[in-house]
Amino acid sequence: MSAGRPITEEDLQAYVDRALDAKRQAEVEEYLATHADAAERVAAYTAQRAALRATLAPVVEEPVPDRLNLARLIEARRHRHARAWLSGAGAASGIDPWRTIAAALALLLVGGAGGWSMHGMAAKGAMTPVNMLTQEAMDNYRVYAADTVRPVEMRAGEQEQLLRWISKRLERPVAVPDLSASGYRFMGGRLVATAHGPGALFFYDDDSGNRIAMMVRPMKQDGDAPMTEHQKDTVGGVTWCNRGLGYSLVADASPQSLHPLADEARRQLKAKI
Amino acid sequence: MQDMMRLVEPLIPPLRRYARALVKDHATADDLVQDCLERAITRWHQRRADGDARTWLFTILHNLAVSHMRQNRRRGGHVALDDVVDESMIARPPTQEDALHHTDVMQALHTLPEDQRSVLLLVSVEDLSYAEAARVLDIPIGTVMSRLARAREKLSRKMEGASAPMSVKDGATVHRPVFGASLFRRVK
Repeated sequence: MSAGRPITEEDLQAYVDRALDAKRQAEVEEYLATHADAAERVAAYTAQRAALRATLAPVVEEPVPDRLNLARLIEARRHRHARAWLSGAGAASGIDPWRTIAAALALLLVGGAGGWSMHGMAAKGAMTPVNMLTQEAMDNYRVYAADTVRPVEMRAGEQEQLLRWISKRLERPVAVPDLSASGYRFMGGRLVATAHGPGALFFYDDDSGNRIAMMVRPMKQDGDAPMTEHQKDTVGGVTWCNRGLGYSLVADASPQSLHPLADEARRQLKAKI
Repeated sequence: MQDMMRLVEPLIPPLRRYARALVKDHATADDLVQDCLERAITRWHQRRADGDARTWLFTILHNLAVSHMRQNRRRGGHVALDDVVDESMIARPPTQEDALHHTDVMQALHTLPEDQRSVLLLVSVEDLSYAEAARVLDIPIGTVMSRLARAREKLSRKMEGASAPMSVKDGATVHRPVFGASLFRRVK
């Protein structure tokens, strides 16, 4: 019989976790050899630990979803910084000028890399109608895309009724593109409030549950506006106007990746309205 | 930010695993991880230089998960199993099967109170040392040990309930009577 320290419950737990040094581990093993009771318990805990690890192991093998891409998240934060500087908030609140300079440099770098839309830069200073529409689309997207219970007021099954209602509220015919060829199903839509009157927000999703939204509202001026790409934090948008109706396609994705979908939507809408 | 990429990126899969095991719903779990990463980016420079990035990130994630679960409970949206269901309602009569099925493990895991569940996951699955788990949970090591022991005891009773009953022991550990056995005899 060894004259070592008595074996405690903590030793047994640590034995299961393989957290003991070799000497103590040997002592616990010796103890377990003569204590069937504790041995049985330790065996059960060890099996339990193995079962938990095996059950959860597949999660780490999964590809990391895009929205958890660290480089992208860092980039998004840089954009926020740059915008804060442009808005003049930094100067007003007396933020360290060196930080401001750093933000400006970051902005130059990002701009130089071509990843940043010039439209975003004008955001706070001079809000163009296109920027305002994009802003509304992104804000509404953030609110409703995150809604797991009721992102839309009327579902795809009531499409005809939905479009009649929306067209009536927007006081002009409104149509929705069919994006199923690109893997996005129409989910339905809702009426949203904007500073410029009622707008419509239509949702689409793909098999993995990624949602994209298309915001539509009449613009003050008739006429067309070319497609422009926008980005705010992780939300990207592509905005254009066609015969006085403004459209903004937004999603938790880069505007570049949304561009082909926007092209397809515009093509269909031109034919429909 | 280079050191951040190097230190944080490899931790994203384990962070997802911990979040998933805590809150079950996949999308919610990834929301929590995203929040955690965004916070980590913002506070990267406030991190103690000698601190371990893994412990730091798990701490942020754990706190976000806990406040999410509490909020949820207040709103009454989602109610954790351990809050409403009496243990005996979950226990199933013993079956011949003694293999531990994955669903059984997860189901059993979610009957544990949240504080025991997190200790068990951090130590058993994420391989944090007891000291690291204590830092993440902001509790003394002694509490980590006692929660761990309770969690394992409880979980093994749950899993036992799903498999063959264990032999009766000397009474050091109190086992829930196997559903039906003693009761049945009395009724007869």
